[in-house]
Amino acid sequence: MSDSIVWIVLFPLFGAVACALGGAMSKKICYPVSVLSMLATVWVSVDTLFQAIESPVHEVSYILGGWSLDLFPRGVGIEFRADLLGALIALVVTGVGLIVALYSKVPVQRETPGKEPMYYGLFLLQISGLAGIALTGDAFNLYVLIEVAALTGYGLIALGTNRAAAATFNYIILGTIGASFYLLGVGYLYLKTGTLNMVGIREVIEAHGLFDSPAMQVAFVLVLLGILIKMAFFPFHAWLPNAYCHAPTTTSCLLAPLVTKVMIYVMIRMVLTVFGVEFSFESTWWTEFLPWLVVVAIVCAAVMALAQREIKRMLAYLIVAEVGYMVGGVWIYNYYGLIGSVFHIISDACMTLCLFLGAGIILEKCKTTHFNGLRGLFAKMPLTMIGFFIGGFSIIGLPPTCGFFSKWYLITGGMVSERWEYMITLMFSTMVMVVLFFRLIERIHLAVDESGNNLGKGHGDLGLTKQQTRFDEAPLSMLIPLLLAASVVLLVGVYNQEVVNQIEVFLQPFNLPTGVKYE
Amino acid sequence: MNDPVIVEDIRPLIALLAPWAGMIGIIWAGEKRANLREMFTFIAASVQAAVVLSLVPIILSGAVVEFHIWQIFSHVPMLLRVDGPGLLFACVASVLWIATTLYAVGYMRGLHEHAQTRFYSFFALSLSATMGVAFSANLLTIYFFYEMLSVSTFPLVTHMQDKQARTGGRTYLGYLLFTSLCLLLPALSWCYVWLDGGNMTMDFMADVGKVGHFGETTQIVLLFLFTFGFAKAGLMPAHSWLPGAMVAPTPVSALLHAVAVVKVGVFCVYRVYADVFGPEVLAKMGGEEWAMVIASATIIISSLIALSQDNLKRRLAFSTIGQLGYIVLGAAIATDRGQGGAVLHIAMHACGKITLFFCAGAIFVASGKKYVSELRGIGRKMPLTMGAFMIGSLSVIGLPPLGGFISKWYLALGALDRDAMWVVVVLLISSLLNVFYLLPVAVTAFFRTPETEKDSSLKEAPWPCVVPLLLTAFGCFLLFFWSDTLLQMVGLQP
Repeated sequence: MSDSIVWIVLFPLFGAVACALGGAMSKKICYPVSVLSMLATVWVSVDTLFQAIESPVHEVSYILGGWSLDLFPRGVGIEFRADLLGALIALVVTGVGLIVALYSKVPVQRETPGKEPMYYGLFLLQISGLAGIALTGDAFNLYVLIEVAALTGYGLIALGTNRAAAATFNYIILGTIGASFYLLGVGYLYLKTGTLNMVGIREVIEAHGLFDSPAMQVAFVLVLLGILIKMAFFPFHAWLPNAYCHAPTTTSCLLAPLVTKVMIYVMIRMVLTVFGVEFSFESTWWTEFLPWLVVVAIVCAAVMALAQREIKRMLAYLIVAEVGYMVGGVWIYNYYGLIGSVFHIISDACMTLCLFLGAGIILEKCKTTHFNGLRGLFAKMPLTMIGFFIGGFSIIGLPPTCGFFSKWYLITGGMVSERWEYMITLMFSTMVMVVLFFRLIERIHLAVDESGNNLGKGHGDLGLTKQQTRFDEAPLSMLIPLLLAASVVLLVGVYNQEVVNQIEVFLQPFNLPTGVKYE
Repeated sequence: MNDPVIVEDIRPLIALLAPWAGMIGIIWAGEKRANLREMFTFIAASVQAAVVLSLVPIILSGAVVEFHIWQIFSHVPMLLRVDGPGLLFACVASVLWIATTLYAVGYMRGLHEHAQTRFYSFFALSLSATMGVAFSANLLTIYFFYEMLSVSTFPLVTHMQDKQARTGGRTYLGYLLFTSLCLLLPALSWCYVWLDGGNMTMDFMADVGKVGHFGETTQIVLLFLFTFGFAKAGLMPAHSWLPGAMVAPTPVSALLHAVAVVKVGVFCVYRVYADVFGPEVLAKMGGEEWAMVIASATIIISSLIALSQDNLKRRLAFSTIGQLGYIVLGAAIATDRGQGGAVLHIAMHACGKITLFFCAGAIFVASGKKYVSELRGIGRKMPLTMGAFMIGSLSVIGLPPLGGFISKWYLALGALDRDAMWVVVVLLISSLLNVFYLLPVAVTAFFRTPETEKDSSLKEAPWPCVVPLLLTAFGCFLLFFWSDTLLQMVGLQP
């Protein structure tokens, strides 16, 4: 299909409508409808990605409403443009969406009984919004899609446990502030350049030499500030942990891997495509101080993750730390750092998905995700635990999981730019991740409580009844998506080169510094 | 060195995958069919050993065997290559795995240990990783298997699942993952990005000495990052994980913490010194003097600590740290005979030390005794075990006609080749210290009278425990008489 790029947004949109309307008649159709529409979406996003790879300019463009570029210059009408980066991120979004849709059967029925039509409607709209963010080529349209994703996100979170409402309110306030900043920035851009098309804006900036224009500088700060709030960069992270903790299982599985990562994508898009490399890195001071903020962000988030005693909260703080990784990868300003950031968007989405799916199963089976309830889980659910810990090893960065390779590029980037503070922070947080996950393994595997008292009678007796350690695996509809996600983590790691090649093709035109080499 | 013939062959991969296949069988058989489960371990171990041994003639004829798995980066393949030193290490590990399996059956059943399926599964996994390290053809490949080994041995170290296991496990992982992720990874990344315009493969054959393009300071920093990054080599001050890991069941201490894991560490260090830096660059840069000093200090200090240990396994652990120091020292000497001696010492020390650990475990199974001071007179009740202990001790000390003599001899020759007289002195002092901390064990066991006669019921451990330790003790003799073949493998004899 030549217009498959639009169908990436339309399939989930139609699916959402079908769920909301058809669900009124029979609630049973919601699950199959959303899985089917996600299948179709993944298919068209794979198609789009291959179109982008095969096209000579490495991008697929579609002008909504037929405002052709020959008749009207850039600036009129909305363009959907999937270059390799956008197509990759769209595939990640829809892929995660599909896996979570498969997974949703049991938890949605249990946690939001009777509200399935509404839930699946919001769920599919969310994916539609997130995929749209990755594909749109229009700065204002991007705002609209950010709001689509945010509003449906509020709804999806608020369906959770009783404290979810308060968490949602917090999220609404911060999310709205972020979106307003962004909108304000886009206003400045439009006033100064007369266009909203992303490529058009950069063409105007470069043609008219707007690098020192105060208005552009203000626009840059506003846009970036808005995005940083939306992506939960450290001082602005307050909305995230509560929102993901109290949300329904399926919601946190969908939002945690995607929302922050898609906002990182938006930042990269703004920096590279909209403002251009020269403007973003050479005529602002951001490369000077942002890596230092990243250091603070990663360290604080990692320390707070250490303080948590509940898996979902711990994972939430991990996400905040990972956001710091990716922001740092962009602002250390070099080729390897950006490869690392983009690859980390993909791999972090996969591994966070893996971890949240695992945490969801633990919650489903044990009714708690507190550390104290984990003992003996290897015996009870070995496959779930294998899946969960593949995600954990990837967060630590052990080869051959995909987390190793993104960390490899980020470290290399820090080295090439000689940002030692960033590199050392990466090491530090890696060690924190080691502690976090091996502490979990200890909690599951050892017959010792937190203060070091032996439980049980020794010889591997965990102090549990036979009932508690009996083999009792999660339902297949939850287990298969988890194992799928875990194998994606491994496959993306093993075949990382296929992905990185595309990222390299995307980054080539930007002429980023690669450092001096010894021949 | 002129380029050897390269033979494409899948056998290295089979040696790598045999334990995985075995693991599937082990889990399938499970606790309920214990005999079947142990049979799978035996099959996996035998297949691995047979495959590895079948490669010996090819290597002896001067060729190397390669197998390409997949591309890690566009310019870095995951490549397996069997050459002399790698094959020697692989032979030692895989043959001793068979002996250890037999021993583990006796030990684990004798003590009615729990979770034996988990134990055998992860044991197999660690042997797969060990083969991977032995057969790696470039630095990144070796790093992958190195990390796999760290993680797959964690459940073995924490096997007892109690408070002590937790402490040991934490030290173990803390040291190993901190060094590999925070020292090794930056060093690797540094080499790969800066050399050859970002297209470096760090191949052990093609890229020897390329790090010589760096400035002198960078070279020395890299050398240290690599030396301490491979903390499994147990070089002081990154050694404390090894005594901590002694909480594991004895078969683990025997095979992994005297043969596989620690030897993986020193083997990696050897690879770095011999095949990344290469003798010429090492000799030019001057940093290797420091490495030699650190290794020598490790040898002497750990031997002194070993003297004061009453717990037999801890004493052996510190002895291992000292012996690992020999291998690092030999690799750092950067002469052909020194580095050859280092590789030989991997084999010689493995055979001797595994015997000692087997004996310590056999004593524990038979009598529950862990301390040297409790062993008075035990040799009269367990003559076979303590006799083997004696032979193992003598081999580690380095007396002919036992294997340990050959490697120490070549280490000393290597040191003389570069006029480092002080190294020979260090070797002599340390041999003396070896005598002081190892022989009293056997002497106490044979010649001191027991305090009470209540142990009259004491007898040898079950036969699956005793047979392997006799075999490995016999192996110490064999290694001495077969040293020709070994010398040929490490390239010291045509």
